[in-house]
Amino acid sequence: MDWLADNWRTVLDLSLSHLYLAGVPLVVGLVLSLPLGWAAKRWRGSYPAVVTTTGLLYTIPSLALFVIMPLVLGTKILDPVNVVVAMTIYTVALLARTVADGLLSVPDHVEQAATAMGYRGLRRLFGVELPLAVPVIAAGLRVAAVSNVSIVSIASVVGVSQLGNLLVDGYRRIIWGELLTGIVATMVLALLLDLVIQTLARTLTPWRRAAGARS
Amino acid sequence: MASSGGSALVIGSLFSWLLDPAHWSGPDGILTRLLEHLWYSVLAMVIALAIALPLGLWIGHTGRMRWLVTATNAARAVPTLGLLFAFALWLGPALRGNLAFLLPSTVVLVLLAVPPLLAGTYAGVEAVDPAARDAARGVGMTGWQVLRQVELPCALPLVMSGVRTASLQVVATATIAALIGLGGLGRLLVDGIAFGDYPQAAAGALLVAVLAVLLEGLLALLQRRLVSPGLARTRRPVGGSRNDDDAAAVEANARLPVGQGGIPGGSS
Repeated sequence: MDWLADNWRTVLDLSLSHLYLAGVPLVVGLVLSLPLGWAAKRWRGSYPAVVTTTGLLYTIPSLALFVIMPLVLGTKILDPVNVVVAMTIYTVALLARTVADGLLSVPDHVEQAATAMGYRGLRRLFGVELPLAVPVIAAGLRVAAVSNVSIVSIASVVGVSQLGNLLVDGYRRIIWGELLTGIVATMVLALLLDLVIQTLARTLTPWRRAAGARS
Repeated sequence: MASSGGSALVIGSLFSWLLDPAHWSGPDGILTRLLEHLWYSVLAMVIALAIALPLGLWIGHTGRMRWLVTATNAARAVPTLGLLFAFALWLGPALRGNLAFLLPSTVVLVLLAVPPLLAGTYAGVEAVDPAARDAARGVGMTGWQVLRQVELPCALPLVMSGVRTASLQVVATATIAALIGLGGLGRLLVDGIAFGDYPQAAAGALLVAVLAVLLEGLLALLQRRLVSPGLARTRRPVGGSRNDDDAAAVEANARLPVGQGGIPGGSS
């Protein structure tokens, strides 16, 4: 507690960088996953390919991906862009499948009813299918958010600053207060992000509350 | 740490590092590091399986203590890096020699492997068709026989996806454990970064990535061999049927990080 009282400004700064490094890829990854997930539903044969490819990307350990990134992007190893791109890859790896599953979970009769009412193509996708897929997508997004926040702390090893710095420094200089602050702050950040997504999903799906919380 | 401009140049130096026979042999060569990495991973997985498998089967079979599964899943938010450092600082000083690195690392690896194994086993047993269970009882099987001959085989697809998630998590975290002094392929990576030897770090990264992907493929094959062919078709959560009940099932599947064929969740 003493340590935190003396260093709260640093903790705040690092939390903001952490939020940026975990949050931006979350948004970008979601945006990229929408067309991928849609394609996996539209052309059903591509579903296994999308799931397998993204699944394999997710198996690459984060530290390895951070170090490989400069080779792919031509960046310097200390560049935060490496971390942002790597985290985006992980987010897409998790969400492309979730978006496909979410869209596939929309019942046939609902789609047919929407088509009969004149909803077609993109309008049906954004007006009917995506809103109905929100609960499933949000569930995947929550997993991605928590996992992103946890993974980003490893970026300290490749010299990109965020809350992981507290872990590394606390360990090297044996300052328990700093190490524990780092752990707790990371968890709090994950929890906050999780709450934001839950609240957002609830606001986006008012009919679920009206129906009396079916699931 | 030089990696500017000429990516091709760096990739060239990466491969010349990898192709140098001197880097493959000896006590800190690639082969030794690879064997170390596998040894740590197998050790942690065996311990974690010995804990999680009976526990998950018991929770799924009796329906008691389900909160334990939820609690271990919530532990996912703890940063693995912090967990490693905390255990190294706590246990390390009391231990001597290799054990000072090996014990804290193994404890953390086991802690990380247990939640997906537990969740997979529990969910697998839980999801067994009640009709199959009743039929087994009806033909006179005891509780133990039901568990061994019906529930366990039926639960295998989800158990195996738990094993896949856990193995990837363990292999990834064993890499990071090089930071607290453990051997394994992570040494190449961590030392490469520390000494500004980017080709070595990149070679280590490439080897770790290849190991993880190979492992995932191997376990997927193993799953296909182990799971009874009668189950392979029925367990596609989003394949064909699209009725209303499926929405809830898919949502639950997304929430649980170990769906069939897995949302992997391996990296850390």
